[in-house]
Amino acid sequence: MIELLWSVFDLSLVLLLLALAWGTCSTRDVMRAVTLFIAMGLLLAIIWARLKAPDLALAEAVIGAGISGALFLSAIKDYPSTITVSHRTPVLQGLINAFTLALVILMSWAVWHGLNMSDGIRLSDQVVAQAPVSGVSNPVTAVLLNFRAYDTLLELAVVLTAVLTVLTLNDRRYSHVVSSPLLQGMTHWLVPLLVVTSGYLLWVGAHAPGGAFQAGAMLAAAMILLQLAFPSRRQQFSLYLVRFLLVIGIFTFVVVGIWMLLLNDVFLAFDPDWAGTLILIIETMATLSIATALALAYLGGRPMGWEEGARNNSASTENEGAG
Amino acid sequence: MTNILAVLAIFSGLFFFLSGSIGLLRLPDIFTRLHALAKADNIGLAFIALGVIMLESDILNNIKIVIIWLLVMAASAISSHLVARHALREHRSDD
Amino acid sequence: MISEQLLYSLAGIGLFGIGLRATLLHHMLIPRLLALNVCGAGVFLIFITIAYAGAESRPDAVPHALVLTGIVVAVSATAMSLALGRRLEALNDE
Repeated sequence: MIELLWSVFDLSLVLLLLALAWGTCSTRDVMRAVTLFIAMGLLLAIIWARLKAPDLALAEAVIGAGISGALFLSAIKDYPSTITVSHRTPVLQGLINAFTLALVILMSWAVWHGLNMSDGIRLSDQVVAQAPVSGVSNPVTAVLLNFRAYDTLLELAVVLTAVLTVLTLNDRRYSHVVSSPLLQGMTHWLVPLLVVTSGYLLWVGAHAPGGAFQAGAMLAAAMILLQLAFPSRRQQFSLYLVRFLLVIGIFTFVVVGIWMLLLNDVFLAFDPDWAGTLILIIETMATLSIATALALAYLGGRPMGWEEGARNNSASTENEGAG
Repeated sequence: MTNILAVLAIFSGLFFFLSGSIGLLRLPDIFTRLHALAKADNIGLAFIALGVIMLESDILNNIKIVIIWLLVMAASAISSHLVARHALREHRSDD
Repeated sequence: MISEQLLYSLAGIGLFGIGLRATLLHHMLIPRLLALNVCGAGVFLIFITIAYAGAESRPDAVPHALVLTGIVVAVSATAMSLALGRRLEALNDE
């Protein structure tokens, strides 16, 4: 009986997920597509929680549905509101449909045969066995920031590269939002709460679901909320601070790695008794970097005065060289 | 006994959510739909939170559930207000 | 009944197929980006289903970390694509 109820629950989750995905991909209205995408992201968060992946549920809710949804909503502002029919010829459309169907059938056959094999090398036993040495007791954080720390370093580099592209291409998007006193009042309460919750997620990632990425994205959400509630064209904070915060995460990570290289002869090899503290330091700086990066990605480009800062610097050095 | 009350509370919450969703689909106009969503979903969440509090024994988790309920109510109120204001502005510009 | 692992894996494959078809058929940027994100969600679902080890035992933590990295990389790629799209629009208008 319980098994049947669980099966019905799983089946309804899966059917709803496929329906939302189909709706996102085949609707004619852009706003509807983005709304269904955000709903699909939240449903995916529920599915991660059902599949016993709570860190992923947090990350999907705040990054996949929240930040991604905000990015899309701000991008469709000056976009045509109807999705026009594709210009592809019917032959090409038929080929694409057939190709996708064949690929889906092939992958389903592979999964059907592959999932029957329960003997396979499972890394989970090794992770659980080595977890006490890693300095944290949450296995996902242990894998992310100790066993596969190099991947996380490169991930921070990917985020930085994406933000540098965003900054290089455009000036920031100025929205014509008219803010409301209710929104401003709620922001007064909500932003401190978001900052505290973000710090909590960062701290608790060592022994419970949480971590740097969820905390960073929540801080970015707080910044986006501030931008929505108090839209202003003036530069609110120092651009040197923004540049510093963007790179502090990856800088700390590389410095710790090189320090471990000098101590232990291997890049990013943590001592077991120092590992917890080092992971917390790296995670804190990474949270600040990710928050700044995602907030700048939402702004859509260079904030006001970004180039003047650089131009003033180069102009002053030219004067010094000439004079 | 507590379990039966909790299950009753969660089922009433589900009923309110279902009626809110039916209102979203069947009502004619954005303002009436907002009305159905904001009211029914808030009560549904309150009942589900009540049921979960009855099942959960840790007091800290119960406080967190109450805070979540209050925050969702505030967020739902503010976003309903913003959507209605935007719709009203568009409505006025049509006339 | 069908096992949960098989059900969720097929759901992930279905998501990937839906997203792939929409990416190939659309020609405007934002619907293609949405469909690509749906593809990514399907891949993540397959990954986490492989990591799921039943209701009693702990799931495998390594795919969880990989998918967490994947989610962050996906949102960075989306932000970069939206910036590129905006720049292309501005260049086409000139």
